[in-house]
Amino acid sequence: MIDWFQKLGSSSLALFERLGRGGLFLMRVFSAIPSLVSRPRLVIIQLYSVGVLSMMLIVISGLNVGMVLGLQGYNTLVDFGAEESLGQVVALSLVRELGPVVAALLFAGRAGSALTAEIGLMKATEQLSGMEMMAVDPMKRVIAPRFIAAVISMPLLATMFSAMGILGGYFVGVGLLGVDSGAFWSQMQGKVDFYEDIMNGLVKSIVFGFVAAWIAVFEGYDAAPTTEGVSRATTRTVVHTAFAVLGLDFILTALMFGSV
Amino acid sequence: MIQKRTQEIAVGVFVAVGLAALVMLAMKVSNLSSLSDQDGFEVIARFEDIGGLKERAPVTVAGVRIGRVKTVVYDDKSYEALVTLSIASKHNQLPEDTSASILTAGLLGEQYIALEPGGAETMLKPGGEIKLTESAFILERMVGRFLFNKAAEGTGESKAPEGAAP
Repeated sequence: MIDWFQKLGSSSLALFERLGRGGLFLMRVFSAIPSLVSRPRLVIIQLYSVGVLSMMLIVISGLNVGMVLGLQGYNTLVDFGAEESLGQVVALSLVRELGPVVAALLFAGRAGSALTAEIGLMKATEQLSGMEMMAVDPMKRVIAPRFIAAVISMPLLATMFSAMGILGGYFVGVGLLGVDSGAFWSQMQGKVDFYEDIMNGLVKSIVFGFVAAWIAVFEGYDAAPTTEGVSRATTRTVVHTAFAVLGLDFILTALMFGSV
Repeated sequence: MIQKRTQEIAVGVFVAVGLAALVMLAMKVSNLSSLSDQDGFEVIARFEDIGGLKERAPVTVAGVRIGRVKTVVYDDKSYEALVTLSIASKHNQLPEDTSASILTAGLLGEQYIALEPGGAETMLKPGGEIKLTESAFILERMVGRFLFNKAAEGTGESKAPEGAAP
């Protein structure tokens, strides 16, 4: 019995210690960010590997999700003779939920894991200590550019995901299933509000991007400097980001759309 | 290692595509291009029963949307629903005796307010009130009334000969 309490205690202490280290780490990243103004090139390199290389995955996934939504939505709506509302269904579900959430999950798998593995390996092969020896701050040189690039990329990717999804829904709904094109767009425009829906979706994707970037760089920096440690940290990045994004999504949705 | 220039071009394209997607969402998907709620003028209307009218429901004239329902509140004094309509300011040419009725899009669709302009010379002012209103069409009530009338007709017919005989 006492052993059980001891286990519980030690694991909670470990959890809080980790959260505390994560918080302190975030503060250090923030204090390193201003130095990037004089060296934007570092961020551009990271934007390329984090954002541009994720773009293909996001665009194709968005198109597919939109096409599936179009098919499924049509099959349900046609029973009620309401297939003209297909545009509205596709647009609202993508802009409010699927765009930010699915893009964040894909982003964690595509870019977050790569960031963790890269930083973790730098630590394991003592490149980070080497930089410190040369009086180069790895926070400014390695961590902060990656963090900022991920924070910038995520909202852009989520927006692309939603836009591609709506196009996919349009191709399937109007091109394949014969929904009227005018009704598709006008029903959508009638029901989707710029501030209420699109801006809130954008806020969601910014929050998710922040969390995904934080988890990815922290896990990499905090990884045990061994092969196994890096592999565990990479797994943890994907798992924790998925939990954090889905949990935050519920909270944000309740705050934004809960009391309409 | 990729050329510095290609890399920068790729990042530029990435950011541009992201922003273009946002512009597409704003212009093509949302209502930002058609109507903004800010520049509208407000008129009020009182209804005995608004049925299922919600805030942000469309306000139409001749089937064309010219505004939205801004607020729906209950008025303690007149025991009626007080509806505030926000109408785009370019459509401020509505006569004073315009009538408002709550209609349903399709049989089971959402409810909206249809305005029918009257023939008065004076125009509705911002903050004015639409006096002629027609309550929502409530299907259950109609069905109930119809059945009641049918029943009344039935008894009326059976009674009619007796009443006519003496």
